[in-house]
Formats: sequence, structure tokens, C-alpha cells
Amino acid sequence: MDSVFKALADQTRRQLLDRLFEENGQTLGELCQRMEMSRQAVSKHLAILEAVNLVVTVRRGRRKLHYLNPVPIHDIQRRWMSKYDRRRLSALGELKKGLEDPHHEGSQ
Amino acid sequence: MKAASKPKFVYRSYIATTPEKLWQALTSPEFTSRYWGNRTIHSVWEEGAPVEMRRKDGGHDWHGEVLRFDPPRTLAYTFCVRPGGEGAPELRSRVTFELKPLGETVMLTVTHEDFEPDDSLLESISHGWPAILSSLKSLLETGSPLEYGAWEEVCDSE
Repeated sequence: MDSVFKALADQTRRQLLDRLFEENGQTLGELCQRMEMSRQAVSKHLAILEAVNLVVTVRRGRRKLHYLNPVPIHDIQRRWMSKYDRRRLSALGELKKGLEDPHHEGSQ
Repeated sequence: MKAASKPKFVYRSYIATTPEKLWQALTSPEFTSRYWGNRTIHSVWEEGAPVEMRRKDGGHDWHGEVLRFDPPRTLAYTFCVRPGGEGAPELRSRVTFELKPLGETVMLTVTHEDFEPDDSLLESISHGWPAILSSLKSLLETGSPLEYGAWEEVCDSE
């Protein structure tokens, strides 16, 4: 998870993700045309994004296509959302049990 | 089907499970109801057979035809929706699930492609995949998906 945040804590890499959001499935060459930096630098940033699964590459013929993969961000969001919800849900569960069967403890 | 077009969306998740369990999660109605917003998947699971994702009210979100059924590695089906309701045009595309074991985890790649031209409605539907994959990962790794209708289940288990 640290690595996802580190990967996102760089303006160039966020720009690369923006470019893929605009048009998914670009080659390195296509991405370079939209970035004002060397091919080597873009390639290095892409490798970091790929290592943390924010970018996924697939091969189609001789072309290597880059895709924006928001799944790790959803996983992070879910981690805290579920913790928060779980506590609330557990309280609600107790309330439900209590209200529905005040003479009987905790069995369903 | 438009051949050799490039995929519109490729989503990937690394899930700490086995290919067999993950395969079951993708193809069994009991499993999908736990992480796919209470929807149950139905098919006899052979190539050419129909497949559909049913809601609790008896309707379905999408339907299609099984194109590849190669357990526990590759599953593909056409993905047809009618976002405008009855009478509206049907939007078609294709979804492929690829499972690749990597040590203690399985790399799951979901490819969504073969959209009709200018199919922005179906594209927005495709943006739901990351949430579904996160829910699936959570269910397989922790046993709790916490998705839509999972409320009662969580209440009951605590």
C-alpha cells in the first residue's frame, strides 16, 4: 500500500495516469508524444506504475499497450470503508437482536 | 465481432487464493451473490451456452453467450446490456477473465473489449469492474465482501 501512495506522490506519474484516463491502451510512443520528457524517463515512470498495478500492460501483436488500472485504489478505499462500516453494522446487528427478541441473548 | 481491435479496458487484481476457488467465485451463483451486489450468475457453462446475471427481482442486468470455458484459466462471454430499458437498443461487448497463479496469489485480468462504436453508455458500465474486483478480493481473502446486500450477513456473523 505504501508503494501505491509513493507511486501516486509524483506529478509526472499522475499526469501519465491522466493521459491513460483520456485514452486507454496507449503504447509508450503514444504516451511520449503527450509528455514533454524523454522516452527513457516516461518508460521509468511507467515501470513504477506497473509495479504497483496502477498500470497494466497487454501485448497485441508487436504493440505493448498500457491501461489505467484503478483496482488498487478501490482496494485501499475498501480497507477503511469496510472497517468503518463493520463497526456500525455490528452495532446495528446488536440493536436488531435486542429489539426483535429482548428476552433472548445473542442467538440467531 | 470486430477482430483484433484493441481492448477498451483492462483491469487486474492480485488475489491471495487458488485458481480453483477464484474460478468458482466467477461461475457460481452462490458466490457472485456475495460480492456482485446480490446478483446471481446463471449458465450451464459450456461454450455457446447462454449466461445471465440475475437480480433478486427476477430481471437481469446483462446476458450473453459463453465464448470460452477453460477452467481454471480462461472464461469469456459476450456482455449485452440494455441501459435504456425495454425497447432501447442492446449494447454488446465482450468480457474475458484470465487467471494466472503466481506463488500464493492468483493474477486475475479482466479485459473488456469489442464495444460498438461510440458506446459511452457501456463504457460507463465498465467502470464498475474495479469495485466488483475489490469486493471479490475482499471476499476471497477475508471472507467478508461488505457489498450492498451483505448487511444481514455481517450482522448475523458478529
